[in-house]
Amino acid sequence: MSTTTDNATAQNNTEPSLDELVGTATNTAILPEPDAHAYDAIATGESDPLILGGHKFTSRFILGSGRYDLNLIKATIENAGTQIVTMALRRCRTTDNNLLDYIPKGITMLPNTSGARNAKDAVRIARLAREVCQTDFVKIEIEHETKYLLPDNRETIKATEILANEGFVVMPYMFPDPIAARQLEEAGAACVMPLGSLIGSNKGLRMRDFIEVIIANAHVPVIIDAGIGRPSQAAEAMEMGADAVMAYTAIASAGNIPLMARAFKHAIEAGREAYLSGLGTVTEGHAVPSSPTNAADYLH
Amino acid sequence: MIVNGQQETLETPISVTELIEQRGLRPERVAVELNGDIVPRNKRSEVMLHDGDTVEIVTFVQGG
Repeated sequence: MSTTTDNATAQNNTEPSLDELVGTATNTAILPEPDAHAYDAIATGESDPLILGGHKFTSRFILGSGRYDLNLIKATIENAGTQIVTMALRRCRTTDNNLLDYIPKGITMLPNTSGARNAKDAVRIARLAREVCQTDFVKIEIEHETKYLLPDNRETIKATEILANEGFVVMPYMFPDPIAARQLEEAGAACVMPLGSLIGSNKGLRMRDFIEVIIANAHVPVIIDAGIGRPSQAAEAMEMGADAVMAYTAIASAGNIPLMARAFKHAIEAGREAYLSGLGTVTEGHAVPSSPTNAADYLH
Repeated sequence: MIVNGQQETLETPISVTELIEQRGLRPERVAVELNGDIVPRNKRSEVMLHDGDTVEIVTFVQGG
């Protein structure tokens, strides 16, 4: 029909404009005024330390030392830029090729209490670990079985109280129960380390909602300890306000271990800076224009 | 004497320092527990082990 074009034009004139639809008149209504000095006010990098038991760290990446070639440990630590490395305590058959021979100087050693089934075991392992390397740092892990490796929060709180009173910097691995997180704080924990998903599962932040509650209410650093399987998940954890990420399996199972360690380092730094910057608002059901939408300035 | 969970027959008495040496271990890499109590580094040469004692010698290994 010959009138098609005219009809379409007439219809367009009666429909609401894009501005009316999204409720914004111009870009300046939705974007803050540019501020050249906004960045200056945010401390980043060296000026944004992670503080654990009074000790300052500039890296927010804690690395597990498990199960890869000892000769790769130094390169992996260097690529990760990490300052804290975990280790386990076991009966000693030989001190040849000992793990400690491969850890570069200046790295803070974080013994874990893996193998502990209750608070008493964890306290015993922590004291022995301090005797081996004279460190006050300890990561409490109390588990009853090896299928799920879920932490026992109640025993962990007990062990935390005892070890904190003995001067340890207690870093408890925990199931992300916000009430237990508060109790760990009260017991003297230097941080809390909720799991993102099952250890070694590489599934990421399956416990996200509860970790968000923990972060919102914590007075100590929150370190995501298990299940972080790829750099994007580490970045996601940092973007939501986690203070640090611990990873091991994701790195140890990579084709190139030191390179994956570096990818995690970048992701953790990017996530931290995104968090410090302030993430944009999420909208539902409509777009937010990123170019000017004044109808009079369109070329039609 | 039980050392790291294994029954062992050793000539006793023997000091903790001697036991560490006998097993070819580097003393700065281990911690020693005697009947459930830690033997501090500076007491290793004077603490003597006897038949019936339970000893644990531990070190760090790779772990998350």
